Amino acid sequence: MIAFENVGFNYGGGELLSDVTLRLAPGSFHFLTGPSGAGKSTFLKLAYAELRPTAGRVSIFDRDARMMTRDDVALSRRRIGVVHQDCQFLDHLPLVTNVALPLTVASRAGDAQDLTALLDWVGLGKLADALPPQLSGGERQRAALARAIIMSPDVVLADEPTGNLDWDMSLRLLTLLVELNRMGKTILIATHDMNLIRQAKSQLAARVLRIQNRRVQLAGADL
Amino acid sequence: MKFALPALLAPDRQADRVVPPSGFTAQLTLFTAAAMAFLAVFALALSLASGRLADRWASALAGTATIRISAPPEQLDTQVAAVLALLATTPGIDTARALDTEEQRALLEPWFGPDLPVEALPLPRLIELTEARPGYDSEGLRLRLAAEAPGAVLDDHTRWRRPMAQAAERLRLLGALSLILIAGSTAAMITLAANSALSANLPVIRVLRLVGAKDAYIVRAFVRRFTLRALSGAAIGTVLAMTLVALLPRADEAGAFLTGLGFQGFGWLLPLLLPPVVAVLAFAATRAAAFRTLKGLT
Ligand SMILES: Nc1ncnc2c1ncn2[C@@H]1O[C@H](COP(=O)(O)OP(=O)(O)OP(=O)(O)O)[C@@H](O)[C@H]1O
Ligand SMILES: [Mg+2]
Repeated sequence: MIAFENVGFNYGGGELLSDVTLRLAPGSFHFLTGPSGAGKSTFLKLAYAELRPTAGRVSIFDRDARMMTRDDVALSRRRIGVVHQDCQFLDHLPLVTNVALPLTVASRAGDAQDLTALLDWVGLGKLADALPPQLSGGERQRAALARAIIMSPDVVLADEPTGNLDWDMSLRLLTLLVELNRMGKTILIATHDMNLIRQAKSQLAARVLRIQNRRVQLAGADL
Repeated sequence: MKFALPALLAPDRQADRVVPPSGFTAQLTLFTAAAMAFLAVFALALSLASGRLADRWASALAGTATIRISAPPEQLDTQVAAVLALLATTPGIDTARALDTEEQRALLEPWFGPDLPVEALPLPRLIELTEARPGYDSEGLRLRLAAEAPGAVLDDHTRWRRPMAQAAERLRLLGALSLILIAGSTAAMITLAANSALSANLPVIRVLRLVGAKDAYIVRAFVRRFTLRALSGAAIGTVLAMTLVALLPRADEAGAFLTGLGFQGFGWLLPLLLPPVVAVLAFAATRAAAFRTLKGLT
């Protein structure tokens, strides 16, 4: 699905990531951890082509990210659901419209039948008509997740999706991601939440990646 | 990436709503388009009216001249005959004809009334001539006239009409130049308004990109808006200005030379082209601005 080969990246200063090689195989479930500022969000941005590598090669659906046109990037994002760390919405449109936005921009607005079911599932059924600025941090994260999966994407990339959620809601969200993974979706979650990772490992074979010293390594058995 | 203007104007409520309504730039664009169309109507009227004037003066008047013969009554007929004979042998003259008493009376009637005893007055006789192509040599003709008929004076209108025709031609060019400048400023102002709307909406554009919107989709949301606004603004300005032009007092009846600043016949259809032209300008300007903005984003 998404492959990194000897990828290096810097924002113009020193190298933030270097010599990163890994593959997100179809149907795999990964966590990405590391200290704050280690480059987790940066790694995700490389994976959905918001950033291009400064060294090496990132392939998204077997295409070199550097060769992708702007339209190619747009199309690839219909197959990659992203939950941003700072969930951004169109603040002038109600939540339900925001969640359906990926369908709208893909001219598939008609496919939105199970929208209420989806909103109910993330616990936002009653807030369908609320405007995003009226939502709490956790509500925004759940809405962002609903928006990320509405296109039934092949890959879900989530950046701290449970950062503002209580444990019950975190578990619910994890369950949803696990379910998606069982349906064959590729999942990558950047998180600090070790409890969440342990919980997931009890349910499925999740792999844990850790960013340390600019490298992305498979974490040891300490988890 | 490409999309046609008609497809653009087809309503797409979903796409319209993804960009928040922006009251201020909307009114700015509407006002700019209206004001520019208003000015353009007058520039067009000026250009058309001076064009008509230039054409009329250049063609109808420059080709004719008058010879005025003042002489004692007993010599008058001889001199007229001599001048006519002379003109018949002058190269470059198409026709020459002495005006008869009735025609002279008609010419003088506006000033002296219908009862003027033309026969009894020592009026000069007039010979009207039309120029052939190429024209005659007016200096040579003057010399020959002085020799053969001392009372004859050549009055070729071109002497004073030529600079006026040139001035009218200049005026027509100025009108056309103004139209071009107005078009340029319209495009510039709409570009500024579009740029400000685009930068105000950068967060919106980022969200749209993130959820997989192609550039063309985002561009369309902005372009459609600005094009429709410019179209309605220009329509308002055009209608206002055309109403004012129609209400202008007509100078036609007052003086033969003056053609009022206005439109005639099919000329009234020309300003109707302004709203679509402004819409096309707005379309191109906004589209270029939007693609430029998007190129700078990931
Ligand atoms: N656009 C940018 N320009 C320059 N430096 C940046 C930019 N974005 C991030 N950085 C820097 O890159 C480093 C990694 O940032 P990143 O957001 O990837 O960290 P993170 O691992 O996601 O941290 P956190 O856990 O706090 O979210 C940070 O030091 C940050 O300051
Ligand atoms: Mg981060």
